Amino acid sequence: MALSRPDKLLIGLGVAALLLLGKIFYIQILNGKYKRDASNNSMVYSTIYAPRGIIYDRNGKELVTNKVSYDIMVTPREVKAFDTLELSIVLDTTVEYIRGRMEYYHEYRSRIGYQTLTFLKRIPVESYMRFCECEYRFPGFSSIIRSDRNYPYDAGGNLLGYVSEVDQNFIDKHPGEYKSGDYAGKTGLESMREAELRGEKGYNIYLRDARNKIQTSYKDGEYDIPAVPGKDVITTIDAELQSYGQLLMKGKTGSVVAIEPGTGEILAMVSSPGISVDQLADIGKYYNQLVRDKNKPMFNRTVMASYPPGSVFKLINGLIGLQEGVLKPEYEYPCNKGYVYSGSRKLGCHAHASPLNLWDAIATSCNGYFCYVLRNILQNSRYGSIQEAFGVWRDYVLSFGFGRKLGSDFPSELGGNIPTADYYDKIYGKRGWKFPTIVSLSIGQGEIGATPLQIANLAATVANRGYYYIPHLVKDSKEIQIDSVYKTRQYTMVDSSYFEIAVKGMYMAVNGGGKAGGTALVGRVDGLDICGKTGTAQNPHGKDNSVFICFAPKDDPKIAIAAYVENAGFGATYACPVASLMVEKYLTGQITRPDMEERIKNTVTTRQ
Amino acid sequence: MIGSANSSVERSLRNAIDWWLVAAYLILIVVGWMNIYASIHTPDTVSAFDWASRSGKQTVWILTALVLSSVILFAVKPKIWEMISVPAYGVVLFLLVAVIFMGAEVKGSRSWFQFGAISFQPAEISKITTSLLLSAIMSKASFKMSRMRDFLIVAATIALPMLVIVAESETGSALVYVGFAFVLYTQGMTGWVLAFFGLVILLFILTLVASPLVAIIVLTVIVLLYYFLAIRGTRKRSLFRRNERLISLAAFVAGLMLIFSTDFVFNNVLQDHQRKRIEVLLGLKEDPSGVGYNVRQSMIAIGSGGLFGKGYLNGTQTTYGFVPEQSTDFIFCTVGEEWGFLGCLGVIFLYVFLIYRIIRDAQECREKFTQIYGYCVASIFFMHLFINIGMTIGLMPVIGIPLPMVSYGGSSLWSFTIMLFIFIALYRQEKKYF
Repeated sequence: MALSRPDKLLIGLGVAALLLLGKIFYIQILNGKYKRDASNNSMVYSTIYAPRGIIYDRNGKELVTNKVSYDIMVTPREVKAFDTLELSIVLDTTVEYIRGRMEYYHEYRSRIGYQTLTFLKRIPVESYMRFCECEYRFPGFSSIIRSDRNYPYDAGGNLLGYVSEVDQNFIDKHPGEYKSGDYAGKTGLESMREAELRGEKGYNIYLRDARNKIQTSYKDGEYDIPAVPGKDVITTIDAELQSYGQLLMKGKTGSVVAIEPGTGEILAMVSSPGISVDQLADIGKYYNQLVRDKNKPMFNRTVMASYPPGSVFKLINGLIGLQEGVLKPEYEYPCNKGYVYSGSRKLGCHAHASPLNLWDAIATSCNGYFCYVLRNILQNSRYGSIQEAFGVWRDYVLSFGFGRKLGSDFPSELGGNIPTADYYDKIYGKRGWKFPTIVSLSIGQGEIGATPLQIANLAATVANRGYYYIPHLVKDSKEIQIDSVYKTRQYTMVDSSYFEIAVKGMYMAVNGGGKAGGTALVGRVDGLDICGKTGTAQNPHGKDNSVFICFAPKDDPKIAIAAYVENAGFGATYACPVASLMVEKYLTGQITRPDMEERIKNTVTTRQ
Repeated sequence: MIGSANSSVERSLRNAIDWWLVAAYLILIVVGWMNIYASIHTPDTVSAFDWASRSGKQTVWILTALVLSSVILFAVKPKIWEMISVPAYGVVLFLLVAVIFMGAEVKGSRSWFQFGAISFQPAEISKITTSLLLSAIMSKASFKMSRMRDFLIVAATIALPMLVIVAESETGSALVYVGFAFVLYTQGMTGWVLAFFGLVILLFILTLVASPLVAIIVLTVIVLLYYFLAIRGTRKRSLFRRNERLISLAAFVAGLMLIFSTDFVFNNVLQDHQRKRIEVLLGLKEDPSGVGYNVRQSMIAIGSGGLFGKGYLNGTQTTYGFVPEQSTDFIFCTVGEEWGFLGCLGVIFLYVFLIYRIIRDAQECREKFTQIYGYCVASIFFMHLFINIGMTIGLMPVIGIPLPMVSYGGSSLWSFTIMLFIFIALYRQEKKYF
């Protein structure tokens, strides 16, 4: 059927109408861009920042609180021509600074779009009040009151972590959570509990007209959202002990980690040199300086530094030997200034009485003795090859929390290193290595790497006679429940009964009473029954590292500590006094050895 | 007996009015008034009938328009429209020229007469007088579209007021005259003229957006396609084949010339603001604060409406003045924002219904004058509908012409009322005699 011409026009009319409706459907239903643009046009979101949660120590002392600070914000798109000189006087800044910022905004205008950016941070309250009086003369500029971090205690910058304005990279990594101008915890506790501490921003929505005049509250505030304050965090840290640890470690490079063995709660976590709380409070100013410092104050050694543990590792080898049945505490082995192996080679030891049993070997830290111990473990006839025996040994070591991440709640924890049989196979070939090849593992040297946190955890494990709780920094509180994994005992593969032997050896190391004398007698405090083990870890980069672990009291231990001081020599020289003083401080609240305290405080071993 | 004969005539008179058209017209007027009120409404607005406000003034325009429509329907003999078509055309053409010298300048164009508080735009009326004259000429029994002399007379009738209006810088109104091509098409003008217009626009856009090369390729494909389709239909007669070959060749050459002159026309013939509007429409340049601002804001307002809209008087974009010219040319934004897609659908449906109804009525007319006039009215409504709404949603360049019956303004409301009711009156007369 042929269509008449008017009919064809009617078809054209239908097509044209569909074209219009299609485009309308697209912009109204399919494309969300216009709705967003409409909100950007007409709605002004006035952000209400939530006060960040407060961080408490285990006794309710405030470690981190808030103080009010004033920031000047700018929305470059809304800025009109203004008197730069007047603004510079009001804000107590320079005309050059203002011009520089404006040029920057102009250069990046397409990327900035309608965003609001921070113009000046932490201005004094007088400037803030001056600005409020004449804000109307500077369209596009606004002020916000923000709560800033305040640090009543010097509890250590690495532990607490800093809070700073989020950058674009950070915003991209947390889609939808942050906007330019927001602050977030970047390291330490602030970062680890960011989700709870930050609270939720709120906002008031206002409608504005095309002339940027605020007209009314949007729908009578129906959609306004009040800010939800951040949750408070109660940490396991003992503020006094933490501060005292920092004091003692001043001028030294290393770490101190103290754990309550009965709970796995970390009492102190000192990384030195570290960031002071003054630097934390104004991290923007100090950041570059801290990053450039060759002593790496930003580097949290307690969880990120992997050291050879040294002689404290002998405890583990002894315990494994006992469990495997290849060692009895009564076994005596000779040591003539070392252990001779492969015919003529010798792993040296200091001069002491010989032969010794296991208790004395622990107390006096005999190298030779523990070479025999590891030899017995690896050459056990029960296992067909050294690879198999080594695998068993490694499983034991891992059960003590070495060679893997402990799983603490602290960010950026490292796992350290315990080598595998495969690793030696690759280097030496399947038949190319025997016990003498890896003899240094006997005394915690060689390919072993452990973090101070893992070493402290060893002290706690011995204190508990065979188990530990995963070390952690946050306590249960009304607002925050910690994971139940932190309340579960982690047993090692060694029976509890064997630990009494290690405990006795460690007691003798500090308090004496053995045939050969203790290596840590300097750490003895009357009535505290400290049990400890020294270590002097060889350091390829200079003087030996001074290591000491201990716990006290011997029965029902309340505190376990690992102190690791780099390039400081014998364990007994620095690490032992540091740990001993901290134990005394924690258990008695006072110091009976002011001379020792003075000496340690004033020693500087960090290379300047 | 006489009385009953009278009454039967009366009845047929009343029944012959196409009440559907009247109803669509009235609904559109109400829709218009509501949206004009919404567009000037702010939360502090007190009265809708404040006579100084636009909604108040529009109320006056509406009431007078209703009087006007009643007069046309009931007080004027429909036959008069054909009779006055020549003098009316002449008078309005004179006014169109006169306004260039005597008119007040409004937004860069001289097209308004100002008499105190009342202003009047001859271009609005000229659409009606041109339609009347066209209908009169083409309804003559001797008229033949295929005769060159007749075609030229018709073309001149359209072109004369159109050119004067262009001279007034009222390009938008002039563009509406292009719609008369549809009327000529119904009266036997070859459809190739419409196709030719379409091709010109297509090539123009392609040359600007893509490149002359793409335009040449498209042109070649279209011409070849046309040629092969055409010779397939006329295989037997070689004479026509040669004719088609000639047409194809001519079209190809003309297309090439157009493509190569596009840059010249675009850069040298078009005025600055026209060039910018086209650039923005085609996305060649972004200009969110300048020319692009209107379209951007308009699209934001409509786009933010969603399916159901924000609710009457609840639009944020239109209430707080983000869209310029809200109550006049951009009135459709208020519909889009507050009434949503469903509202847009409804309003567009009303227009489509109105135009459909006019064309259908015209088709069944036996009086040629009425029929052609109906096509004229339908074409003008269509051009306004498509250009105006197309502009608000970024489908057309910004061309300032009102949305019939809905946009604020007495001049336009009156002229659309007169135009439509002349048709309704003529149509009623049809029914009476046959």
